[in-house]
Amino acid sequence: MRTRTRPDPSGPATQGTVPWRKLPPGDKLAFAVAVLLPPRFTPARVRADRRYRTLDKYRFIVGFLILPLAFYAVFVISPFFQAIYYSFTDWAGGATANFVGFDNYVKMWNDEKFWSSVQTSLLLLVFVPVVTLALGIFFAYMITAGGRHRRGEAVSGVVGSSFYKVVYFFPQVLSIALIAVVWQQVYSSRSGLLNGLLGEVGLGSLEQRWLGGDYKLGLFATMAVIAWSFVGFYVVLFSAAMGAIPKDIYEAALLDGAGRGATFFRVTLPLIWDTVRTGWIYMGIQALDAFAVVLIMVPGHVLKVTPVYLYERFREGQFGYATAIGVVLLVLSMAFTLIVMRIGRRETIEY
Amino acid sequence: MSTDAAAVAEKAAADPASGSTTRPRAAGGGRGGKGGKDARGLKGGESRTLNAFSHGFLVLWVIMAAGPLVWVALTAFRPTADYLGDPMGLPTSLHWENFVNAWTEAKVGRYALNSVIILAGSLTGTMLLGSMAAYVIARFTFPGNRFIFLLFAGGMMFPVILALIPLFTIMDNLSLLDTRPGLIIAYIAYSLPFTTFFLTSFFRTLPSGVQEAAMIDGASHTRTFFQVMLPMAKPGLVSIGIFNFLGQWNQYLLPLLLNNDDENNYVLPQGLAALTVSQGYAGDWGALFAGLTLAMVPVLVVYAVFQRQVQAGLTAGAIK
Repeated sequence: MRTRTRPDPSGPATQGTVPWRKLPPGDKLAFAVAVLLPPRFTPARVRADRRYRTLDKYRFIVGFLILPLAFYAVFVISPFFQAIYYSFTDWAGGATANFVGFDNYVKMWNDEKFWSSVQTSLLLLVFVPVVTLALGIFFAYMITAGGRHRRGEAVSGVVGSSFYKVVYFFPQVLSIALIAVVWQQVYSSRSGLLNGLLGEVGLGSLEQRWLGGDYKLGLFATMAVIAWSFVGFYVVLFSAAMGAIPKDIYEAALLDGAGRGATFFRVTLPLIWDTVRTGWIYMGIQALDAFAVVLIMVPGHVLKVTPVYLYERFREGQFGYATAIGVVLLVLSMAFTLIVMRIGRRETIEY
Repeated sequence: MSTDAAAVAEKAAADPASGSTTRPRAAGGGRGGKGGKDARGLKGGESRTLNAFSHGFLVLWVIMAAGPLVWVALTAFRPTADYLGDPMGLPTSLHWENFVNAWTEAKVGRYALNSVIILAGSLTGTMLLGSMAAYVIARFTFPGNRFIFLLFAGGMMFPVILALIPLFTIMDNLSLLDTRPGLIIAYIAYSLPFTTFFLTSFFRTLPSGVQEAAMIDGASHTRTFFQVMLPMAKPGLVSIGIFNFLGQWNQYLLPLLLNNDDENNYVLPQGLAALTVSQGYAGDWGALFAGLTLAMVPVLVVYAVFQRQVQAGLTAGAIK
């Protein structure tokens, strides 16, 4: 046993404490400065007091929370509320910001370029999650249920499943800026991988100036890049969810004579539905952003997504207008989340 | 055991590659009698077709996912003139000159160093402040506890782009714009919501007995945290640490806004984006490909080594 110079702190405190008035003046002082002093300068009598322990606890709580909370409040929370306020002003970056009511929003309503950017963002929002999640679910199902039957297993994973997952996940660990540059080269009309491949397999007639300025081609190119970079993420996510489904359920389905299709649509999909819905919302928010891909891959293109349009207004110094666009983006992503929650609501199946 | 399926099972056992699958075959054998038998008997042939079918598609996506990256890495070894003549060619010899050009003239080395310096500060700060806040929220009852937790949790839903413009002026007013400390602080602040949220649920799962025992033995709250609780939370810290490492290393939006003054201070993603413009003018595509390869390979190697933790850490981010 180690020897201690001071009594067990839980001892005297539980026996009841001396009322505050009857404390020696020295202890009163010790209490007062205990907030600032390290514990070793505080007398043992005071330290054993229940009130000191409460004080000590709150000192610790405040000490640990103050810095994280301050950073978070100053650099995250406050800009968020400021943005909402500035969206109602004609702020141009200077010291003055005059309140102009809904002027920015009216201007936006009549701004054709803004609407064109919203159209692009909405197309991405609708199509990218559907394509990405469908591919993710497809490959995840192939990985978890596409293998040869082994003894006693109703479904079997494919051989080399972890290899597939590792490679599929590659784009997720790379910076979106790097991905945008890589794909800019892939799409390059003079010496890109895509046109090179098409020429190689005798489809030279399909060669395109992919990022040459045509809106539709640019849109498809952008969608493909975003979907490409996220499919692996969803394969890993969904194959983990599918792996958590008990094998007995599959066995029961097989015994009941269910085919592959029925097993997938009646067993697998309903059981991972919660994960799919969460993934759908997450992917939608990513698609609505698409900032780096569009800004880096197709600069100066007619194709603009709303965040890029916002950024350009910001660089022009139209701070008030740009924040108003940001508020509309926030509303859009909240509306999307609510719609998916509503559409995607099904009974949760416990297993 | 003379069924068709038994033959398939034996074949699978003989196949050396299938021995490397994660699922132990012994477990399957233990459950063999339960109900799989009938299914196996019926589905043997179909299973083989399906297996070929699924491998076909899976390999196709391997080519799709890795193809562009492999092409970039191979082209990095070819002289620019060769590449412009035939973008599909293979390197004839290992042409390291592109890498030298990328590292020095295209400043990829400098950008990488900037990224390392920023990350050393921001990752340490994020982990320290995040775990401090999470510990207090998870293990202490005090007025406002729930409110602070929800405040952090709410920040995860937050579209960063909306806050950008006011953030820009706040940084400017604090003289932190276009400085390293400013960028580090911004990284920390925007990583805190998820880090705190994740670690709070992690600290809640730790047994409370250890914390009480440390306190009774006379350890202060601070000491209990650093020497007892933090080591116990290591698995959670590793997951969220990897998540933040990749997120901050790959960050593009915040440096674009807060670190856009001097090209010499660019972090790696910014530098790569700038490279397409500058190398395009210079006509030195080889250096661009080499720069991309230099940026890409270390991350992919680290990922391949820690793949299990990385996959767990990053997908944890989506499930929240």
